[in-house]
Amino acid sequence: MSSENALLEEYAQREYEHGFITDIEADSIPAGLSEEVVRLISQKKNEPEWLLEWRLKAYRHWLTLEEPKWHNVKYPPIDYQASVYYSAPVQKPKLNSLDEVDPVLLETYEKLGIPLEEQKMLANVAVDAVFDSVSIVTTFRETLEKHGVIFCPFSEAVHRFPELVQKYLGSVVPYSDNFFASLNSAVFSDGSFCYIPKGVRCPMELSTYFRINAQNTGQFERTLIVAEEGSYVSYLEGCTAPKRDENQLHAAVVELVAMEDAQIKYSTVQNWYPGDSEGKGGIYNFVTKRGACRGDNSQISWTQVETGSAITWKYPSVILQGDNSVGEFYSVAVTANHQQADTGTKMIHIGKNTKSTIISKGISAGVGQNSYRGEVKIMKGATNARNFSQCDSLLIGDKCGAHTFPYIEVRNTTGKVEHEASTSKVGEDQIYYLRQRGLPTEDAVNMIVNGFCKEVYDVLPMEFAVEARKLLNVSLEGSVG
Amino acid sequence: MLEIKNLHARSEDTEILKGINLTVNAGEVHAIMGPNGSGKSTLAHVLAGREDYEITEGEVTYEGKDLLDMEIEERAAEGVFLAYQYPVEISGVSNKYFLKAAINSIRKHNDQPLISRGDFVAMLKEKLALLGMDKSMMDRSVNEGFSGGEKKRNEILQMAMLEPKLAILDETDSGLDIDALKIVSQGVNALRSPERGIIVVTHYQRLLEYIVPDKVHVLAGGKIVRSGDKSLALELEDKGYSFLSEGAEAIAAN
Repeated sequence: MSSENALLEEYAQREYEHGFITDIEADSIPAGLSEEVVRLISQKKNEPEWLLEWRLKAYRHWLTLEEPKWHNVKYPPIDYQASVYYSAPVQKPKLNSLDEVDPVLLETYEKLGIPLEEQKMLANVAVDAVFDSVSIVTTFRETLEKHGVIFCPFSEAVHRFPELVQKYLGSVVPYSDNFFASLNSAVFSDGSFCYIPKGVRCPMELSTYFRINAQNTGQFERTLIVAEEGSYVSYLEGCTAPKRDENQLHAAVVELVAMEDAQIKYSTVQNWYPGDSEGKGGIYNFVTKRGACRGDNSQISWTQVETGSAITWKYPSVILQGDNSVGEFYSVAVTANHQQADTGTKMIHIGKNTKSTIISKGISAGVGQNSYRGEVKIMKGATNARNFSQCDSLLIGDKCGAHTFPYIEVRNTTGKVEHEASTSKVGEDQIYYLRQRGLPTEDAVNMIVNGFCKEVYDVLPMEFAVEARKLLNVSLEGSVG
Repeated sequence: MLEIKNLHARSEDTEILKGINLTVNAGEVHAIMGPNGSGKSTLAHVLAGREDYEITEGEVTYEGKDLLDMEIEERAAEGVFLAYQYPVEISGVSNKYFLKAAINSIRKHNDQPLISRGDFVAMLKEKLALLGMDKSMMDRSVNEGFSGGEKKRNEILQMAMLEPKLAILDETDSGLDIDALKIVSQGVNALRSPERGIIVVTHYQRLLEYIVPDKVHVLAGGKIVRSGDKSLALELEDKGYSFLSEGAEAIAAN
C-alpha cells in the first residue's frame, strides 16, 4: 500500500552515537601483512616461542586459503595489505591500577557509558577494556582472584598462565578453521582470558568492552573462556567504533570450553559503526565463535544482539560432546540502511541426550539484507538428541530482504529436529492501531520491534537487556516518516 | 463537541462518503446504522485518522479544532478513541505494558505527570472487574490468541482506561454472544457521562437494546439518509434496510 511505503520510506536514517574519535598517540606498525609483521606483533608482545610458531603456522595456512564466497553478503574485495595489524595507545607498559591509565582513555570509556573507575562501576560487573589492539585495564581483578577466577588480558595470560593458554588455545577453533579464523590466529593482538576453577560460581558478570579507534586498523581479538567442572560464568561483550568513511576489518575468535556440569552464558551487544545512510564506511565483522560442551551435563548459551557493522558474518556454535549437554543460541540481528548480516549458528550433537535451542530474530529495514544461516547436525552416537529452531524475520519497508538458510543433517534415527520459520512485516495496521492509542509512530515501531525480540531479551542479563532495547530504538530511529 | 459538515472521502478511485453531516454533543450517544458497504466503518476510521482515505471535501471540527488537520496520535491524545471492529495483534508486547505506554503517551502530550504504578494498578483492577476480565489477560500479548469476544472486551477495557472524550465503537457487537454483548454494553454504559460523546456504529439493532442511544442515524450510499430517536432503530428492525435503499436512491437521484 502506498501510504505504508510513504510511512516506512524513511526507515533509513540513523544516528550512531559512539562515532567520535579519541586523539591519542598510538604505537602502530606500518600497514600490510607478512611473516615479518606476524613476528613483529609477537615480538611487541614479548611472546614465547611456541606462540610465535603457532601464529606462523596459522599465517602460512592462511596464505593457502581463499576468502569464503558462500555467504549472502556483498562487498568489494578487501585489501589485506592496506590494513594495520597492530596499534596500541602509548602508555606505561604495565597497569596495576586505574591511576596509571591515561585519562584520555578513561574519558573515552566514560563517554561510551562504560565508567572504568571502580567506585562508579555498575554493581557487580568486571570489565576488561580493549582499545584497538590492546587491553588497557581490567577492573575488579582482586575480588575475582580471591575466588580463584582468572580474568585478564589475553596477552597477560600468555605470560602468567602459559600452560592453560597453550592447552586450550585453538582447541575449539583451530588455526586452520576458516579464512578469518586463520587470519586472526596469525595476527591477533589481545582479548580476554577467563578461567573459572572447579566448582566456582563466578561472583560477578565478566565483561569485555571492545573499541576500535585508530584509522585503517583491523581489530583481531581473541577470547578464551574455560569453565572447569561444576563452575558457572556469565560473560558480556560490547563493541563500538568511531565513524570513518573507510571500512575497517574486525575478525575475532572466541573459544569457550565447558567441562562437566559447567555452564557458560555468553552475551554480546555488537554495535560497531554500521556505516552511514549511503552505505559508506562501517565495520566488516567476520567473527568465529564456538563453544565446546566437553563434559556431561554442561551448558553453553550464546545470546547476541547485533545492531552494528556494515557486514556481520558470525555463527556462534556449540559442539555438544558431553552426554546431556545443552546448547542455546538466541539472536537479534538488525540490518538498517545498507547493512548486511549473514548470521546464525551450528549445533553439532555428538553426545547422548543432547539438546539445542535456536531462537533467531532478524529485523530488516532500509535496504538492509538479513540472512539466517544455521546448521543442526545429529551425529551417529547422539541418541535421543533434540533440537528446536525458530527463525523469525521482520521486515520494515519494502526495499529490505530477509533470507533463511537452514541445514539439517540427522544420522541417528532417534534424533528429533524441529524447525519453525516466519516472516512478517511491521504492518501499517499495527502502527495505525498503536497511534490511535496515542503512541507516536516511532514509539509504535519500537514497541512492535521490541515485542518481536522479546524472547531474546528475556534471556539477556538485565542491564544488557536495557542496553539492547535502547540500542535497537536508536538503530531504527528516524526510520519511519 | 464534534461537528461534521459535508464530509466526502474516497479510497483510491471509489468515493465512499458523499457528504456526511452530523453533530454530536457532549453527553450524547449516537448510533450509526446502515447496510454493509454504506460507509459506516469508513466514517469511523476517517474520524480516527486512518491514512488510506482521501478527504475530498468538507470539514470536521472537534472541540473547536480542525480534526482532519491532526495526526492520528494527536487525535488520540486529544480524546478521540476508536474501538476497532478487528483489533490488531501485537506480538511480544504485554497488554499491561501497552496500556501503560498509551496512557503515558497521552499524558505526555497533555503535559500531565506520568501515571504512578499504584494508580495504574488500582485503575486497571477496577476496570477489569467492570468488564469481567481476568487479570491474567494483562500479561498476554496484545490481542494475540484472543478469541473474538476477548478482543472486543479488550477494546472496551482500553477505552475505559484511556477515558476518551469522544468514543467511537465500530461494530463492537459483531461476533459477540449475548452474554459478552451484555458485559460489553455494561462497560460502555459505565462510561456514559455528560462530558463524553459516544458514537456506536452497528449493523444490528440488538446492541441498541443495551446501549440506548439518544439519536439514531441511518447511513446508506455514503450519506445519512434518515435521523431519528431510538425508535428509528426498531423501525429498521421491523422493515429491514431494503426500504431505505430505495429512499437513498431517491435522495441520490435528487
